[in-house]
Amino acid sequence: MVKSKSAYSIPTKLGKLEKHIIVVWVDNEVSVLSRVVGLFSGRGYNIESLAVAEVDQKKNLSRITIVTTGTPQVIEQIVLQLKKLVPVHKVGNFKREDKNVIFKEMALLKIVANTTKIKKALNACKKLNPVILDQTNKSAVVQITALKREIDNVTKNLKPLGLVSASRTGAVAMTRGAEIFN
Amino acid sequence: MGNLYSGAEIVFKCLEDQKVKHIFGYPGGAVLPLYDELKNHPSIKHILVRHEQGAGHAAEGYARSTGKPGVVLVTSGPGATNVVTALTDAYMDSVPLVCISGQVPTHLIGTDAFQECDTTGITRPCTKHNWLVKDINDLPRIMHEAFEVATTGRPGPVLVDIPKDIQFAKAKYFKAKKAKKEKKKSSTRFNQKDIDQLVDLMKKASKPVFYTGGGVINSGPRASELLRELVSLTGFPITSTLQGLGAYPGDDNQFLGMLGMHGTYEANNAMHDCDLLINIGARFDDRITGKIDEFSPKSKKVHIDIDPSSINKIVKVDLSIVGDVSDVIISTTKTLKKKNLNLGKSNKQKISKWWQQIQKWRTKQSLSFINSDTVIKPQHAVQRLYELTKNQDTYITTEVGQHQMWAAQHYKFNKPNRWMTSGGLGTMGYGLPAAVGVQVAHPEKLVVDIAGEASILMNIQEMSTAVQYNLPVKIFILNNQYMGMVRQWQELLHEKNYSESYSKALPDFVKLAEAYGCVGIRADNPDELDDKIQEMINTEGPVIFDCHVDQNENCYPMIPSGKPHNQMLLGLKDQTENKISGKGKALV
Repeated sequence: MVKSKSAYSIPTKLGKLEKHIIVVWVDNEVSVLSRVVGLFSGRGYNIESLAVAEVDQKKNLSRITIVTTGTPQVIEQIVLQLKKLVPVHKVGNFKREDKNVIFKEMALLKIVANTTKIKKALNACKKLNPVILDQTNKSAVVQITALKREIDNVTKNLKPLGLVSASRTGAVAMTRGAEIFN
Repeated sequence: MGNLYSGAEIVFKCLEDQKVKHIFGYPGGAVLPLYDELKNHPSIKHILVRHEQGAGHAAEGYARSTGKPGVVLVTSGPGATNVVTALTDAYMDSVPLVCISGQVPTHLIGTDAFQECDTTGITRPCTKHNWLVKDINDLPRIMHEAFEVATTGRPGPVLVDIPKDIQFAKAKYFKAKKAKKEKKKSSTRFNQKDIDQLVDLMKKASKPVFYTGGGVINSGPRASELLRELVSLTGFPITSTLQGLGAYPGDDNQFLGMLGMHGTYEANNAMHDCDLLINIGARFDDRITGKIDEFSPKSKKVHIDIDPSSINKIVKVDLSIVGDVSDVIISTTKTLKKKNLNLGKSNKQKISKWWQQIQKWRTKQSLSFINSDTVIKPQHAVQRLYELTKNQDTYITTEVGQHQMWAAQHYKFNKPNRWMTSGGLGTMGYGLPAAVGVQVAHPEKLVVDIAGEASILMNIQEMSTAVQYNLPVKIFILNNQYMGMVRQWQELLHEKNYSESYSKALPDFVKLAEAYGCVGIRADNPDELDDKIQEMINTEGPVIFDCHVDQNENCYPMIPSGKPHNQMLLGLKDQTENKISGKGKALV
């Protein structure tokens, strides 16, 4: 393909891609998720992971956490476009490197193996806040919470130790300290 | 307030509260309760269109010529899908529309019922917001919110999908509450510091230019008056986008004409060479900017827009001012006056050089064309139409293509809300239904749709609407038997391979007019043109004017895709010197 210089093309000076975590507080109503997700797909933005659940039953508020990559210009657009959606209350935008923000993902891992392997497997999860939710002499279900990279690694290492099923959430985020985001 | 009303009654009570006078629609199974209720509300007149797309565009024409939201009523399924093009058009051009659609009864939703479709799903990307009403008690709130969302901030279309059982169900009605979301929006609004910065930039500039757009029109007629005051106060030149035409008088000396792909030589060169670019209510559309990394390379850029997401979307600006155009201009003018900066005088010398340069560009006469004694040139036809209608308050709509650009170039507008054209989406078939909507709103005014013979056939059925309501719209067809703009691009970029752009079997438009019960007029040569145009204007009912024009005429000037503003193609003689590069070809 010839690189086009169209009036339609993106600027030739492409900015550096950055990873951001976008947090969106929305009214928990029908189709609100498809509005948010549709905005991303319709405008060609990228979603790496998505976590959503109601956080305030009284006010009927849900909190959506989206991990995305884009140029600074695209990230700015994502935030501004999200703010235009009617059910959106506020939008938080954090750089992945931001030291003031805690990011966590959770995973449930099922290991089916003999007891020695299960032991080894559980040992491998040691640093990832493991909680054993279910255990038989042939299997174990363990819950871990960690960063995406750490979970990626451990699932790779657990494959030979009998990992048969992994269920993962997207990242969720919270700022450190006493301040809350407004 | 204890009374219970049916869903259909609630819809109409709300329309009455919102002071809606006209709705454009088409009945069907899922909206019959609403149509049944129509008779009880004599203050609301229903205009029966012939296709739901026509209803949407008519409501757009109505909205754009009045500044009030247009209201559309359609049935479920095909009724709703037919209106999607018009909703998208309104979304792109920021036109306030409230579309009410019927839906199958709630218990049948999701069962692939007759005439069911996922209307809110389909229209989600082409509306500001939409609602599926599942509980009758939500209906009054949703109806009021729909009008609020459509008309506040950057206007746009909304859709309320009402299942048939909800139209029958009963609930209490309450009136609209005062807007509650104001707080959220005002947080990004401009402050005096922004205005001071703008005034400072204006003071320093030696080659300034105003670049104004549809935001000025959307801000109301007052914004146009304020703009005129600001422009005369500063002495700066001004150019306008397609959608902004009419906000500033087209025949004023400070006006450089339209800019962009088919804009004037002086406007585009001023954009390219300026040192201060003040964008008021425009959005750096790709038809305006041309090649983005060579766009206005030496200027400080200021962007005034009500929509924060428009800022830095395409072009990075040095100063952004988020707010309603009227408010921003009022503050700017006030500050200019307070600081006693009559830039028109104090900076005269600085700017006078700039004006000299502009005068030089003007001598190119980029809109000129070689006229003919034997065949009607389309530009000549628009010029004659302008000359013969400029003394009355005329409303112009257009379809999309060459004729649209010639209309924009050669028809000079002096007032806002007189020019209705599909810019963002570029919808062929827009002009006739839009003209119907404009005429409904302004029954005594002259409304002309400048059309092409290909576009007009896309919604020709709306002639029937015009005849039914005795709406004397004038359809002025520049007939060259080609999809002219397609043909032009094929000539310039595809080695004259006129693939499928010639219409071999066109109807006889005069007979077609007669078949619809209106008047048909044909003009073949330049000598008879004026008389025939006059005849059209004098005819009381709707007219189809079939103006046979030169088949080979191209629309110039033109910035070929992939080129910056200062590399325009001018008329015929200039073409050989400025060829379009191979890379530009991929890009229409």
